Amino acid sequence: MANTTLIGAITDALRIALQQDERVIILGEDVGKNGGVFRATEGLQEEFGETRVMDTPLAEAAIIGASIGLAVNGMIPIAEIQFLAFAYPAYEQLVSHVSRIRMRSQGRFSAPMVVRAPYGGGIRAPELHCDSPEVIFAHVPGLKVVVPATPYDAKGLLLAAIADPDPVLFFEPMRIYRSFREEVPEGYYTVPIGKARVVQEGTDCTVFAWGAMVPVALQGADLARKQHGISVEVIDLRSLSPLDRDAIRDSVMKTGRAVVLHEAPRHAGFGAEIVATINDLALDALMAPVMRVTGYDTPYPLFALEDAYMPDAARVAEGIVQAMNYEIGARL
Amino acid sequence: MSVDSIRVSQKEPQVSTDMLQRMYELMWMMRQLDRRAVALQRQGRLGTYAPLEGQEAAQIGSALALRVQDFVFPSYREHAVAYVHGMPLKRILLYWNGRYDGAMPPEGVNLFPVSVPIATQIPHAAGAALAAKLRGLDQIAVTYFGDGATSEGDFHEAMNFAAVMELPLVFFCQNNGYAISLPSRKQTKVQRIAEKATAYGMEGVTVDGNDVIAVYLAMREAVAKAASGGGPTLIEAVTYRMGSHTTADDASRYRDASEVEMWKARDPILRAENALRERGAFSEEWVTQVRKHAEEIVTEAILDMQSEPPVTLDQLFDHVYRDMPKELAIQKQEALSRQAKGESVRG
Ligand SMILES: Cc1ncc(C[n+]2csc(CCOP(=O)(O)OP(=O)(O)O)c2C)c(N)n1
Ligand SMILES: [Mg+2]
Repeated sequence: MANTTLIGAITDALRIALQQDERVIILGEDVGKNGGVFRATEGLQEEFGETRVMDTPLAEAAIIGASIGLAVNGMIPIAEIQFLAFAYPAYEQLVSHVSRIRMRSQGRFSAPMVVRAPYGGGIRAPELHCDSPEVIFAHVPGLKVVVPATPYDAKGLLLAAIADPDPVLFFEPMRIYRSFREEVPEGYYTVPIGKARVVQEGTDCTVFAWGAMVPVALQGADLARKQHGISVEVIDLRSLSPLDRDAIRDSVMKTGRAVVLHEAPRHAGFGAEIVATINDLALDALMAPVMRVTGYDTPYPLFALEDAYMPDAARVAEGIVQAMNYEIGARL
Repeated sequence: MSVDSIRVSQKEPQVSTDMLQRMYELMWMMRQLDRRAVALQRQGRLGTYAPLEGQEAAQIGSALALRVQDFVFPSYREHAVAYVHGMPLKRILLYWNGRYDGAMPPEGVNLFPVSVPIATQIPHAAGAALAAKLRGLDQIAVTYFGDGATSEGDFHEAMNFAAVMELPLVFFCQNNGYAISLPSRKQTKVQRIAEKATAYGMEGVTVDGNDVIAVYLAMREAVAKAASGGGPTLIEAVTYRMGSHTTADDASRYRDASEVEMWKARDPILRAENALRERGAFSEEWVTQVRKHAEEIVTEAILDMQSEPPVTLDQLFDHVYRDMPKELAIQKQEALSRQAKGESVRG
């Protein structure tokens, strides 16, 4: 076991993947000598050489487009996009090609690759570095979208992503890159993609979250318990595509109330998909509308206002209390 | 094209001594501002900041050759360009302190806000130049970007677009040797970024970016050409980023101190000083006065930035659309009442 941070666990997983399989290469901006702007690839170029860990020109469309060519021609690319909001030049490649090549060639070709990108707010980063646009990728059939919230999951999910036969977008919540440590097993293991994790069991209300919102969900649950004696279940979805619909159903069937939590704007946010899933599978158990605790429907602000924008524990608790206090028929 | 073809200033003076003194003054002032900004960031009194030290001549020489009406589309490091083109220093600092009032130029200043995503501002300049042409305005557009930006599709698309449409536009590339950690020689296989213009049927010029007069003259020529219907030009100003990429970066991880030392000897401010001395226009008395004045302006800008009233939630909600949608108005109310509640808990 090693006591490590989320980003440390990512470096660990990358090292294991490079050791295990000659076909694995890392490519991206500043990933070589600099070790990535967050140091996720620290030391890897030194260890594996410039042909395994490659600095590319500043060109996201080429990084992802080339990853397709690499993948169909026998390599396993792990591309790093420096910040998720800088993936937009490559959005066309992701939507038009990465996601479709298997279907378009009826299985002749596939593009197993991993695209890693830090995302999310809360660290006073410059403009656009803080966006949380995971839903625009989760909407694309053919892509898998994974977001770890702990060091253990980061390592296991990343190794699973690298082994996955299909392309996986691996979004890293930079706010919790180094916020805590955890014991992580040495060596290879995987965490299955598409399975949610019950972080904390409860009986009155479920909070669904992922990434950096998982600790916020826990704090909000704690507030609700201390102030109102509410027993809150917290579920870390871990994967937005595929979505663990069974876990959502099971929890809401038990608690009868739910809050969905994300940093991104509310309108057409991923929370809406969770609400719809509850509607599909657990409506009979619902005792209140599903509450959404989210960013506002504005661009992510510059950092002077980011605290006002980001959902926090108080807002989560507020959502939980609203769900608890709801009286059926009150809106009739 | 070889390095020898880099343009430097001619022996015979082509700019007045007054102008050269003004250049010196601006360069000195922006360097002070830059160093103070880095220090403020270290003290936690400013957000992540992108320093321009070393690039003063490239920025000030080029910006001084513009006319007020010309439309500027910068990236994120062009604080000196912004200032020369009419952006108050206080606002430049406010932006780096996390506020959108720092992205808003005063009325009549044709300066697009900082573009953080690399190369995305370059096509905007093509559009502004096209508008100037269609409207028959005596105006050109200028876009600033780095060596790294020339690898993005947006750069190539806009270059071709502008050349084909013969737009009144100057593409101004500050080749400062690095895109974060990647040296220019790994960014592009050509010796000179100006060579890229050839592929688009456009004129490309390389200029010594630490020679403020050479930059000014090259820019003045390109501006005049664009304004008189001669089409776009790509100018490459060869310079060096003396500091780290931003205050979040540590350049010592990827480059040698000896390289930095070499560029110190080519310091643009020192070179302007030498040029002034040659003309007998650099007295101790004059420079003391200049530095004192610069110090005052910079200090005042910082104090102004610090005494600005705290930002309100209006900045987040009020300008997303001209007419706020109903749902957003509800959300703004929620945010305001949360803030009020939070303040009453704290207060
Ligand atoms: C589309 C995009 N990709 C990546 C980044 C991250 N990034 C910020 S600055 C930078 C390097 C830019 O280098 P250059 O164009 O030479 O400009 P300089 O910083 O040297 O002024 C990178 C990769 C970004 N801001 N936008
Ligand atoms: Mg550069």
